[in-house]
Amino acid sequence: MLFSQTRAITGLSIRSIPERWAPSLVIVIGLAGVVGVFTALLAMAAGFESTLRATGRSDAAIIMRGGSDAEINSGLTREQTDVIEQQPGIASGADGRPLASAELMVIAELIRKDDVRNGANITVRGVEPAAFPLRPHLQIIAGRTFTPGLRELIVGSGVLRQFQGAEIGKVVRMRGSDWKVVGEFESGDSHDSELWTDIAVARATFARQGSSSVLVALDGPGGLQKLQSAIAAEPRLTVDVLREQDYFSSQTRDFRRQIGFLAGLVTIIMALGAVFAALNSMYAAVAARGKEIATLRAIGFGGAPVVVSVLIEALLLALAGGVLGALLAYLLFNNLSVATLGQNFTQVVFSFKVTPELVLRGLVIALVIGMIGGLLPALRAARLPVSASLREQ
Amino acid sequence: MTRTGLVVANLFRKRTRTVLTLLSVIMAFVLFGLLQSVNSMFNAGADFVGATRLMVQARVSFTQPLPISLVPKIEAIPGVARVAYSMWFGGVWQENTPLFVFAIDPLRYRDAYPEYLMPDAQWQAFAHTRTGMIVGRMLADQYGWKLGEKIPISSNIYPQKSGSKAWAFDVVGIFDGKDEAWRKQTNIAFINADYFDEANQFGIKGRTNFFIVKLADSKQAQAISKTIDAMFENSPDETKTQTEKDFNLGFIKQIGDIGLIVHWILFAVFFTLLLVVGNTMAQSVRERIPELAVMKTLGFSDGSVLGFVLAESFALCLCGGLVGLVLATALGAMVEKGTGGQFVVQLDGGVWLIGIAAIVLMSLAVGLLPALRARRLRIVDALAGR
Repeated sequence: MLFSQTRAITGLSIRSIPERWAPSLVIVIGLAGVVGVFTALLAMAAGFESTLRATGRSDAAIIMRGGSDAEINSGLTREQTDVIEQQPGIASGADGRPLASAELMVIAELIRKDDVRNGANITVRGVEPAAFPLRPHLQIIAGRTFTPGLRELIVGSGVLRQFQGAEIGKVVRMRGSDWKVVGEFESGDSHDSELWTDIAVARATFARQGSSSVLVALDGPGGLQKLQSAIAAEPRLTVDVLREQDYFSSQTRDFRRQIGFLAGLVTIIMALGAVFAALNSMYAAVAARGKEIATLRAIGFGGAPVVVSVLIEALLLALAGGVLGALLAYLLFNNLSVATLGQNFTQVVFSFKVTPELVLRGLVIALVIGMIGGLLPALRAARLPVSASLREQ
Repeated sequence: MTRTGLVVANLFRKRTRTVLTLLSVIMAFVLFGLLQSVNSMFNAGADFVGATRLMVQARVSFTQPLPISLVPKIEAIPGVARVAYSMWFGGVWQENTPLFVFAIDPLRYRDAYPEYLMPDAQWQAFAHTRTGMIVGRMLADQYGWKLGEKIPISSNIYPQKSGSKAWAFDVVGIFDGKDEAWRKQTNIAFINADYFDEANQFGIKGRTNFFIVKLADSKQAQAISKTIDAMFENSPDETKTQTEKDFNLGFIKQIGDIGLIVHWILFAVFFTLLLVVGNTMAQSVRERIPELAVMKTLGFSDGSVLGFVLAESFALCLCGGLVGLVLATALGAMVEKGTGGQFVVQLDGGVWLIGIAAIVLMSLAVGLLPALRARRLRIVDALAGR
């Protein structure tokens, strides 16, 4: 009884939406705005996180000077790297020597494609030959790799997407010398935002003796523990040993917090605005249908089906808005490539990721707003005095 | 009833609707205010610095230090009044809170930045205390640091000779900014470059990240920038010289595409708002068509009917907009205080001006169509309900 009445009234009200499309559209567009903005902001955080998380392997460890937090702050002498590479827990490479790459991180400036003057910080990574077997997913996709001993660079594909002046064949000027870009590589992670070269040449040009970090392959699941305890017992070293994956995850902490704060604030304010708009529209809808509702009540329909039908209408409109917003966010932002500052004070190029989970969260928000926006008008609709409403012209 | 009275009475004919619309407008302008202030930080930023100072950094990147021995060479250039320098210390407070700490030459810095105010005795104490540190008012207030205290600060870059990254400095001065804009620049601290140079473990001796070149005449900024950069061309220490304003702008721009995202959000918010308020206005005019016809019959001109409707939409947008901007100002101040000045969300005069322009534009956009409709009404048709 209750169910069939509800279905009848709901069908009636939904079929009449086209006749009063303007207020309904307000709900749809309002919620599309909220869900679109929410999804887009969090898609940015998700994209940044997935880029950095993809960077670290769980079977490799990064070693930096104690308390450095980021590679840019760290420095190790050659003696220290030699000691590190002899510790237990490190896997051997094809040549039987420990699979380890001492890497020197320095910074150069490139100009964004949409800028003409201001430089942005780009990581230049001087690496040892073992850097490539340590990152098997890194592929040279155009040109060739650098020749050790020469001032040659290979450029990450992310750098090429966002910045100018590092295309293959171009010359990058660093500390009074010319460096030729000879190849492009792609790794699908944060190394795509870097320029790579031979560590020896980088040391000579930047007047540095040692390196910033050492990346080592771990010798089985217990490797990290073995390496950590051996290094802790080594008086010549005060360094931090981190699983590579953990290091890169920790690099996203600040960004996630800031974007989360921004997304939360903006969503709350926009959601409040949308609730008011939804209330307004649903009150208008109920008022416009006052006579119709009163007629239904007069011929025996109960109050509850009226309440439910108004609520269902609000929820459907909210859902439509949410889907529209998520779709817009997906079309406009998914895989959009952007760059921002990472913990190393250099640019990290990443893409927005509109994940199913984010869309789901957006839709839940839309439904909650629709629920709030529909409830009060629904109650008013049910309480409308039948005789007075029928007399309205 | 006066004309104003009529507008007000019409607004409150459907009280719920007006209040709800007003609340939507308020929320939209709260967001507008906050985002616009972030936006103006990205676009204009740093207007307060003027153009009397140049920032010199290594051309490759400011993270690559330059030798302090360049100072006399730069200072010898005609038109250069004073050269100061500063080096990033990588300061960390307690576990993991980064601090803006720079190693400087006290008296040179004082000459270059007259905007920072501190008693002369404290500048002298700073110059003569090797382990001295001077702290900006904002930072001192945030952590409750007092003159004479010894403050432990770690560096995430530089160990001392002992190998320890835990440093400690004596607070010998607390400086303030000369005006509101500069007071906001006091969330930093300075330590003695000589002491830093001597006590750190590495080979970073006699080097610094930035030279700050104070000019005798700001008109010479471009010429002197070129002279400095030409002087060190083709050396390992090639320089890049910018005005302080450009430097700050470039620094902010490094954060990247956030500005773009903010534009998109603003667009979404305004589009939504336009629809909500526009719909309300259209609805209210639709309901009153017979009434407007009666007014016209009584002799109100087409123009004054149009005026009534526009006045209503303007009143709605103005009230909502102003309240929203006030709320945003308060909220911005709270965010700024809550984050210890790291997030500067300031709704200054510029943001308010843009906000008021937005209010006017908005009320025209939502009011014009219904107002025109009201003006075009033909009395006969309207009264007949056609």
